[in-house]
Amino acid sequence: MNAYLTSLIAIVKREALRFIHQRERFVAALVRPLVWLLVFAAGFRAALGVSIIPPYQTYITYETYIVPGLCGMIMLFNGMQSSLSLVYDREMGSMKLLLTSPLPRWWLLFCKLVGSTTISILQVYTFLGIAAAFGISLPLIGYIAVLPALIVAGVMLGALGLVLSSFIKQLENFAGVMNFVIFPMFFLSSALYPLWKMAESSELLYTICALNPFTHAVELIRFALYLNFNGPALIWTVLAAGVFTLAALWGYNPARTNARKKG
Amino acid sequence: MSGLSVSNLNFDYGPKSALKNITFEVAAGQFCALLGPNGAGKSTLFGLLTRLLTTPEGSIMIAGHDLATAPRHALAKLGIVFQQSTLDLDLSVRQNLSYFAALHGISGRDAAVRIDAALDKLGMLERAHEKARALNGGHRRRAEIARALIHNPAVLLLDEPTVGLDAAARASITEHVHSLTDEGTTVLWSTHLTDEVSPDDQLVILHRAQVLAQGTCKGICNNTPLAEKFLTLTAAPA
Repeated sequence: MNAYLTSLIAIVKREALRFIHQRERFVAALVRPLVWLLVFAAGFRAALGVSIIPPYQTYITYETYIVPGLCGMIMLFNGMQSSLSLVYDREMGSMKLLLTSPLPRWWLLFCKLVGSTTISILQVYTFLGIAAAFGISLPLIGYIAVLPALIVAGVMLGALGLVLSSFIKQLENFAGVMNFVIFPMFFLSSALYPLWKMAESSELLYTICALNPFTHAVELIRFALYLNFNGPALIWTVLAAGVFTLAALWGYNPARTNARKKG
Repeated sequence: MSGLSVSNLNFDYGPKSALKNITFEVAAGQFCALLGPNGAGKSTLFGLLTRLLTTPEGSIMIAGHDLATAPRHALAKLGIVFQQSTLDLDLSVRQNLSYFAALHGISGRDAAVRIDAALDKLGMLERAHEKARALNGGHRRRAEIARALIHNPAVLLLDEPTVGLDAAARASITEHVHSLTDEGTTVLWSTHLTDEVSPDDQLVILHRAQVLAQGTCKGICNNTPLAEKFLTLTAAPA
């Protein structure tokens, strides 16, 4: 078998094995969005009414509105979890094994990205299945149509995780990531409320939300779930994925490692 | 040359010089001990030899391949045992070795045969299905050395591989690795323990970022015990 394919399969398999071994991670990954969906959304249903906005053809419940945002949330948290694993790998030394492989470093990082995205997608489908069991179902074909959108969003958020892991030196620093990356990205997006509602409150916050790549990942997923194509969201998400991937490649360049140590 | 060649290597951490003009060669099939006290620069040198660090000053040739210009060819010829354990403790020994084999593009039946041979060589075949977490320190080290041999490297680097092991495990692993040179493997063994070096071994003494002495162990010692010679050399200002 081709060396590239062999390494890809091995790295994805290892990511999957690690995920299976960490059952708490799997449970936490599902409980978090389910709490939002079944508790938070139920409480805020009356307060946060949603008018008819694309891609919806009719009035929808608040639970239905936040499902795509919670899919994005799962991928965002998984991207950060993968990043955390990479920092842990570096602290434990196993990252060295990967970085001293004769395969190109860009390929090894790409394999990590594929592994992380695969795990994300499996989690999203599990979540959508549980949501459907609670009566929050989507167009049947939407479950298939959303797959390409999930891949693009998963790669973008996984690449962001790679960038962060290349800059974060210790596990302890991850609390900062929660405060300065995950929460702002999630709350300054269209995951929980439509952007026009944000615009009513603050034009500045609306602009930040509109620039946030996570907003576009969520909208890409939302439109795909209802069999609509959102071109600008796709372009924005792909662009962000490209920028994050290049930054990750730069972050894992050994010459940069030296520069940092020198500094 | 087909062994290991390091020439005019310099590396700095900011204003602090970590390696100054390091030059030495290890011929194919030779065991070379890199001896130095803590902080001498051994781990920095290993970082450069494994391309975890890079420097524009100096060159490293591994089995005839320049690490700077042909890193993939050079790394393919290199087996590495890091000072810190790099086994995934939740995976079995075999799973750990299979993962490594895949990172070198080896899979399927070929990988299985190589893994069995490497484990057998280190006396670890019967532990192949045990979780790495269940192994003692000595067996973990053996598993890591077996892993480093799967792709038949021309050059094997070991960075203080006996740290934390008891005397029996240390002696056994040292003997095992010495025997690898009989098959033509070039070995660079980093240590600060003089009893791991045999009189016929090549020896490079590193101290305060510089090579203090190099040659055969018995040539450098000239009938003085190595421990005594080492202390004398490293006591003097570099």
